[in-house]
Amino acid sequence: MNDLLNMSLTECVKALKEKKVSSVELTKACLKRIEENKKLNDFITVCADSALAAAKESDRRLADGRGGMLEGVPIAVKDNISTEGIRTTCASKFLDNYIPPFDASVVEALRREGAVIIGKTNMDEFAMGSGNENSAYGAVKNFRDNSRVPGGSSGGSANCVAAGEAFAALGSDTGGSIRQPAAYCGVVGLKPTYSLVSRYGLVAFASSLDQIGPLTRTVKDAAYMLDVLAFKDGKDSTSSERTEKCYSDYPTDVKGKKIGIAREYFGDALDKGVKDEIMKAVKLLESKGAEIVDVEIKSFPAALATYYVLSSAEAASNLARFDGVKYGIRAENDDLYSLYYNSRTQGFGAEVKRRIMTGNYVLSSGYYDAYYLKASKIRTLIKKDFEKAFEKCDAIVGPTAPTVAFKAGDKTKDYTKVYLEDIYTVPVNIAGLPAISVPCGVADGGMPVGVQFIGKAFDEKTLFTLAEGICNSK
Amino acid sequence: MNGYETTIGLEIHCELKTESKIFCSCANVFGGEPNTHCCPVCSGLPGVMPVINKKAVEYTVKAGLAMNCEISEYSKWDRKNYFYPDLPKAWQTSQYDLPLCGKGLVEYELNGEKKSVRINRIHLEEDAGKLIHEGGITRVDYNRCGVPLMEIVTEPDLHSADEVLAFLDELKSILKYTGVSDVKMQEGSLRCDVNLSVAKAGGGKLGTRTETKNLNSFSSARRSIIFETNRQIEVLESGGEIRQETRRWDDNKGEGYSMRGKEDAHDYRYFPEPDLMPVVLPKSEVEKIRASIPELKGERIARYTDELSLPPYDAKILTQDKEIADLFDETVKAGANPKKASNYIMSEILRKGKTEGAEDVVVGINAKQLNDILSLVGDGTISLVASKQVLDDIWLSDKSAKESVEKLGLKQNNDSGEIESILRGIIDANPKVVADYRAGNEKVTAFFVGQVMKATKGKSNPKVVNELLVKLLK
Repeated sequence: MNDLLNMSLTECVKALKEKKVSSVELTKACLKRIEENKKLNDFITVCADSALAAAKESDRRLADGRGGMLEGVPIAVKDNISTEGIRTTCASKFLDNYIPPFDASVVEALRREGAVIIGKTNMDEFAMGSGNENSAYGAVKNFRDNSRVPGGSSGGSANCVAAGEAFAALGSDTGGSIRQPAAYCGVVGLKPTYSLVSRYGLVAFASSLDQIGPLTRTVKDAAYMLDVLAFKDGKDSTSSERTEKCYSDYPTDVKGKKIGIAREYFGDALDKGVKDEIMKAVKLLESKGAEIVDVEIKSFPAALATYYVLSSAEAASNLARFDGVKYGIRAENDDLYSLYYNSRTQGFGAEVKRRIMTGNYVLSSGYYDAYYLKASKIRTLIKKDFEKAFEKCDAIVGPTAPTVAFKAGDKTKDYTKVYLEDIYTVPVNIAGLPAISVPCGVADGGMPVGVQFIGKAFDEKTLFTLAEGICNSK
Repeated sequence: MNGYETTIGLEIHCELKTESKIFCSCANVFGGEPNTHCCPVCSGLPGVMPVINKKAVEYTVKAGLAMNCEISEYSKWDRKNYFYPDLPKAWQTSQYDLPLCGKGLVEYELNGEKKSVRINRIHLEEDAGKLIHEGGITRVDYNRCGVPLMEIVTEPDLHSADEVLAFLDELKSILKYTGVSDVKMQEGSLRCDVNLSVAKAGGGKLGTRTETKNLNSFSSARRSIIFETNRQIEVLESGGEIRQETRRWDDNKGEGYSMRGKEDAHDYRYFPEPDLMPVVLPKSEVEKIRASIPELKGERIARYTDELSLPPYDAKILTQDKEIADLFDETVKAGANPKKASNYIMSEILRKGKTEGAEDVVVGINAKQLNDILSLVGDGTISLVASKQVLDDIWLSDKSAKESVEKLGLKQNNDSGEIESILRGIIDANPKVVADYRAGNEKVTAFFVGQVMKATKGKSNPKVVNELLVKLLK
């Protein structure tokens, strides 16, 4: 049974096609593992019945020699991605009873390719957080060390893939929410280029930064998932046509690839143990023939503040629809104002409220120019800095996060410390670029370290090539 | 008025008659059972995204071109954030600083004098839903959510209720002739906000203005303008100051009242809508739209006078309403004599279609029906008087005029032999009246016609009767 759950996604697809294993067997094994790991709290909703029913269907199709790219494979979906008939809470009390009447476009794609949706994973409320400690359904415990966080906001998605509860998971990344938990849990996390994967059905946090992506055990799996997830979607006006025919056929030879190192990514905030592992990874790629060049991202120090201004502004607007009128919580009230006030007071957690207040502040008249407008201008600078850096290299390498997974409760008292977790991940979202986090070693008592590769827009393939160079999954 | 000068600017909201809504494929239709014309997108469920209806953009540009506006090559969408239960996303997608249409000019006529109003801008946005207050409960109907709404903003170039009404009339005609809206006042498809200030004439300075919102009929616009003008003058005359405020109009009471002051004005926290791409309209595209604009009122008047040789008076009356002008055109196309069709429309159709108090003309007859009536009258089958009965019978139905004549037994008697023998009898029985006639009192012919009609139950062709009368009394 354990062997089954140790397979990679692509191995699993192969085993199913060759009928070495059935989807029902795999699904049951995953459900059992989820049950055993209940204390990790990876899932908000486990879809045992519908998953088993879907698995039976898949087995029938596989028996006929039919089936899609993910036929019969148990896959987890972050709980901010809409699933028809399965409640989608965003880890918020507000949406405890909300069941979407439609599938997100990516979920439609998963189902079309035969994936078995095993459950909806825990996360920071509305994807706001970096430790998965801001969930109305309780914190997630890191699978490798239960006293530590799994990272966030896609903490449940990263942890469940690491713990063998699913063969892949969907996450969302607004400022690092796929890559940072991937690094903390020792899995591969891909944040695709903005607009490459449809956002239709993803409960928006910050629409200009949000991007859905896969969390997997191998680089090859990530590319395989992207082959399913990347398509032009008519329901998302921002969705791009610049998709590759096949991501899985990325080259494996790193020879001649130019890898940029930006000094800004190796400042004082970076833990020494983590830094050592990143440098080892760089050396490894160099030894395989990659060329290392120096680049600079001058605007890097402004990125975090820019991110919190822009993302909070959009969040304040995106989350305004949660008003107690149509769905979700409706608190006791005497009039319209108290309906809004009480529902939102009761429905949202502290971090969400903080972001909403920040967001409304930076958009309000008299402050707009100083905050939102200025941040928009810095956004342009950051984009330009990356463009300039990419004139000299094919990808930029650096840490995903400044430390390994931190201890639970360590940073809950001072939330700005948690914000610092994102310094290496947010510039990518601001610039709309693709980035991947891939495990490259361990530090601080055996906790995984993730190395991050940042690529040119729509150049996911180079990221796969470099990431593959670290871990050889092909 | 009393040495005061009134200055008025308008913001006019007009629903566009596209087939589907602005951001989803729901039907754009008026009414319907509450919440039956909505989907996840227009009811603002979490995770949904808008896709722009290109027709709505085209219609707005069309209207802009008809109002001589500059068309923006680049315009974008913004979110106007505010809480209200009829606004499911808690923001209205609108256009803030880069609207589709810029400066323009509309010419209109008042009492034979040519005047003009400068257009400041025209932008496109989405309509909100409707609240239904009933028995102490408020319900919300989202059917109207996402109906494309065009907002036309004028410069403060109007100075009286008469000017406003004459301008609105011209505007209504432009919107109808371009085909972008039905402008059905009773369905609320045109609503306007009136910005009004008064100041001592010749002072060269504008007074403080107030805004009266959401006037949904021409008569309420007129009444509220007169009310607000008088109110402001009274305040100034009694030594008071005008407060800058937003006001509402109570049409039942015939008075306006203050809704909120400047200090309570909403802060809409506008920012660019990240879920929609900007609208890029190359000149060639604009020219294509320009070429698709149908014949407007002025062009039609010219055609009626030049090609159809109608008197200018007829041309003006016929073109006041597009439906009437269309009916006229089609009736002529069906074979009717233009002047005869014009006469009949001006006397009979408009009499029937224009009801006291209603702002829209009802056209309850189609071209085929009208052409049939005209030929039935023309060939003497029925009398003009009888045609009114036919009109009443077939009005607002698709009944055939010919069948109606049969059914109602309205065919007139054209048999001169029969009429002559009846007439002879009447002449023989009334020697005194005959003597009067011969003495030069031609008025008595009416007596004979009346007697013939009486004897034939009104079915004798009066023309035939008259001719015979002249012949027999010679």
